[in-house]
Formats: sequence, structure tokens, C-alpha cells
Amino acid sequence: MDYMLLRHRDIPKLNQIDVFMKEDGFEGLKKALKMDTADVTNEVKAAGLRGRGGAGFPAGVKWSFMDNNNWPHYVVANADESEPGTFKDREIMESNPFQFLEGIAIASYAVGANAAYIYLRGEFWEVAHFLDEKIEEMEKAGFLGENIQGTDCSLKIYTHLGAGAYICGEETALLESMEGKRGQPRVRPPFPPSQGLYNKPTVVNNVETLTSVPYIINNGAYGYRKFGTEKSPGTKIFSLSGNVNKPGNYELPLGTTFRELIFTHGGGIPDGKSIKAIMPAGASSSMVVANDEALDTPLTYEDVPNVGGDLGSASVIVVDDSVSLDWLIRKTMDFFHHESCGKCTPCREGSYWMKKLTERIHSGEGTEEDVALLKDVATQMQGTTLCALGEFSTMAVVSSIERFPEDFA
Amino acid sequence: MSLAEKYPQEIEKILAKYPPEHKRSAVMALLYMAQREEGYVSKADKADIAQILDMTTTEISAIVGFYSLYHDEKAGQYRIQVCTDIGCALKGADQYLADLCEKLDVKPGETTEDGLITIEEVKCLAACDKAPMFQVQSPKGIKYHEKMTVDTTMELIEELRKDVQETK
Repeated sequence: MDYMLLRHRDIPKLNQIDVFMKEDGFEGLKKALKMDTADVTNEVKAAGLRGRGGAGFPAGVKWSFMDNNNWPHYVVANADESEPGTFKDREIMESNPFQFLEGIAIASYAVGANAAYIYLRGEFWEVAHFLDEKIEEMEKAGFLGENIQGTDCSLKIYTHLGAGAYICGEETALLESMEGKRGQPRVRPPFPPSQGLYNKPTVVNNVETLTSVPYIINNGAYGYRKFGTEKSPGTKIFSLSGNVNKPGNYELPLGTTFRELIFTHGGGIPDGKSIKAIMPAGASSSMVVANDEALDTPLTYEDVPNVGGDLGSASVIVVDDSVSLDWLIRKTMDFFHHESCGKCTPCREGSYWMKKLTERIHSGEGTEEDVALLKDVATQMQGTTLCALGEFSTMAVVSSIERFPEDFA
Repeated sequence: MSLAEKYPQEIEKILAKYPPEHKRSAVMALLYMAQREEGYVSKADKADIAQILDMTTTEISAIVGFYSLYHDEKAGQYRIQVCTDIGCALKGADQYLADLCEKLDVKPGETTEDGLITIEEVKCLAACDKAPMFQVQSPKGIKYHEKMTVDTTMELIEELRKDVQETK
């Protein structure tokens, strides 16, 4: 298929503005500027584009929630990309930056925002500086700034660097961080489209979500829906990593099976080993048993839950049969304990105890009671944390103990 | 010299990104600026930033403590931050880190004898397909180095050492 997002793989130097413009660059924005703002939102809604950061919330619906009695409005691109196993947004921003920026401009037009921010994880220091240059080039070409393309629309896009905190990928924590505070999630409601950045209506969308928008406006919802399934339309970038021959980003239609992704595209498992488990959504995943049923499951929002996982950000981590899962969940707990923001008790305390227990079990000093206690702590956390990230920390722990008991015996 | 005296134009440029009544948003960028020379945020820097943004130094310290890319203690001029998170670990990052530390005769968190290189173990850097990998945080910013071996890392360290010698 042709690429919708990773177009730079076919078109060299797509990150140069003259090349981008020759390749239909900014056509989506030009078209949007001639449409009613509500029609732009409706087109994205009709396309069924779902949030690519992990939550899968329909982007157009989010835009339509913006409170029109409270101004100004903001658009914030979530480029915090910190889920272990996810590395797609960086490739987009480095290699196809203008399509991403065009997506921000279209979203800003649709919701009436004159200022948009790109919140990048601090580690993307070089990417942020690169984007600053690209923003300037776009301004000079008349696609950003005052009176875009002779209309009365204006938009400034600014980059904003975080400084190393996984939690800031959670949208309300991201907004807190943008406001110059510690990145801790807010109690919701209110949701950002009612009260977001500086308590003003704000749309927060992932980089990949925004980069999909120009294609939708250019080709219409119908054109977009030619890819994917009814409930999961379009293409998705799958970040494939772990024990696989050809790790990397693969843009494929939603509905591609695990088997096609891992074996056809990813070249299978190295060193003659067998596949044991799959984490379909990075460290936040449940551990999916990699049997035939799972491998033949289509990668969609609706199908992955049938084999006990979630599509999430589609960061597929492959685990081979030489890996013991007591070691792997020690790794995930090391991560979640480090990244717990400390605001709510279940996550702050729970992640501490889960880390201790997974360490003890992995060291070989754990008892049967420790395994039971670990599962108990994790289960008690579920449904009680302030944000989804606390809950995520329990997914791999509980599912590994339940589905791979031999690794904890 | 205070930060405001040293970098007036840059501070103005950073503040211009945000609505004037929300200048506190500039704290992240100002902390990076403060770290540029010594690699950490000093007490004086915290007080300067607090003054520029109408915040308290306690609030600034809380932010420095919360985010892992801000430091309030001096370390090596180059912080080599090795990812040992899941994706990289499945590709042998733990062993890579152990071998590198042995070669440099340090433990994670420690600095080489010449005071130049600090080795740190960090969480996922979003480069899981290019393990082993690390970023170098230095006065010049942050730079990724991917698909590394102990040998290529040692070559890089030699280059960094040479750079520092030449600047002296």
C-alpha cells in the first residue's frame, strides 16, 4: 500500500518544504480553510479517526466537545512519546514534519485556536529545534502566522520541551507541566475541551493522530475508510520491538494480524527461538499468550481485547521463549515505580510494593505467598488510581501471573 | 551574574511563547538554560528563575526534583544515559551497560576519574528498535546514539575527551 503517514519512506527529503509542497503538501490545509469549521470536524468524525496515543478516543468527537462559550481555545500536540516500546512519533516529526504541522493547523482552524503548542519529551531536544526551523519555514511560506493563505485566520505554533517524566503523556498531567508545574494528573471532569490549558478549552491530540488529519481532509472520510475496519478505520504505525528480526516502525492498515506484523514484516523470531508472549501496547500491556489464536487476531481496537490485550499505542513488544516473565515484570515495575507521579496513594504505594515483590521473586527468594501478595496488591490498585497510568502498571503483572504460572513457580 | 543579566534576549524570547499572565510556563525552558554551563541547576539559578517568574524557590526545587532531566548536583560534563528499559533489555542492554561500566571502571551513577563522563541508567528513550542505545546530556543539549556497542561507545568517549582537551 501507499503510505499515509510514513510517506518519507517513498519520497526522499520530504522534510524539506519545497519537496513537501511538490508532493501535495498543505493541500489539506488549503481545502480546510475553504470549508466551514464544523464541516472539518465532521469530516474527521466521519472518518472515525481514533486517538493514536493509546486511548483510542475518536478525534473528531473530542474536537466537537470544545466549549464555544469560553475563549481562547488551544490545540496541544502530545509528543511526549514515553511508553516503553513506542517510537513512532519521533520518526514522523523528524522525517515528515510538515504533514504533522499541517495537521495541527487544520485542527486549530477547526476548533478556532490561534495558538498551538507541541509538548515534546525533553529527550527530543534535537527534534524540538528541528521543528522550530520547520515552523519558521511554514510561516515564511504563508501557511502559519497572520492571515494564512489570505484568510483572516492566524496561528502560531510553539514547541515546548518537557524534562523526562512518563506521566506527562497523560493529557491533564501534560497540561499541568505546560503550566510550569509538576506533571501530575488533574481530577476529571472537567476534561480539557471544557477546561484545559490555562483553564481554557483545549484539544490534546497525539502526533500520529494529527498527522492523519491532512489525508482525511484531502481524500475525505470515505477515502480514509478504504483502509482498516469499520470500527478501526485507517492505517496505524506499529512500533515493533523486542525479540524480533526486523524491529522498526511499520505503517499498515488496522486489521493486519499479529502474525503478518511479526513474521511477514518483522521477519520472525531470531536465533531459532519461538514466540512466547506479546505486549501489544508497550509496557502498559497485558501479557498476551502468543498462541495461534492470538497470532491470527487482527490488530484493531475491537479485536485485541478478545485475546486479553489492548491495541493502545500499538507498540508491539515480542517476547521469545528464552525470557522468563518474572524478569520482565520486574522490568515493567522498575519503570512504573520510577514514573509514578506520587499524587494518588494506590499508585505511589502500590508501585513501590510491586517493585519490591517483583525484585524478591526474580531474585529467587520469593515464596508462593509473595506471588499471591503481588497479585493481590496489583488487583487492589485496579479501578482506584487517579489516572490510567497507575492502572497500566498492574496489567503485565496480573496477566503474567495468571497466564504464565510456570514462570512464578 | 544573574541569569537575567546573562541572557536577557533569550529569556524574552522564551517568555514570548506564553501569555504574559502565564509566564510560569517558561520554567522548563529557563531550567534548561540554567543547566547549560555547569550541567546542574544551582541555588542561585533557582532564586533567579523564581524571581523572573514570580515563583518561590521551593516551587522551583520541586520541579527540579520531579523531572529526571534536571539535576541539582554537579556530575561529569557528559552524562551518558543508557536505556535499560524493556525493549532495550530484551536486546541485551543490561549486559551492554555492565560491560561499559567495567571498561570505564565505574558503577551506574558514578563519574569517571577525569570528571568527564557520568554513566546513568535511564528509562525508555523511544528508540527500542535501535538498542543498545543512549543519549548524551551535556552543555550542548541532548543527543541520541543508537545501535551502539562497547567499542563504538569507547570511540565516542575518546572523541568527547579530545573535544574537551582542545577547548581547554
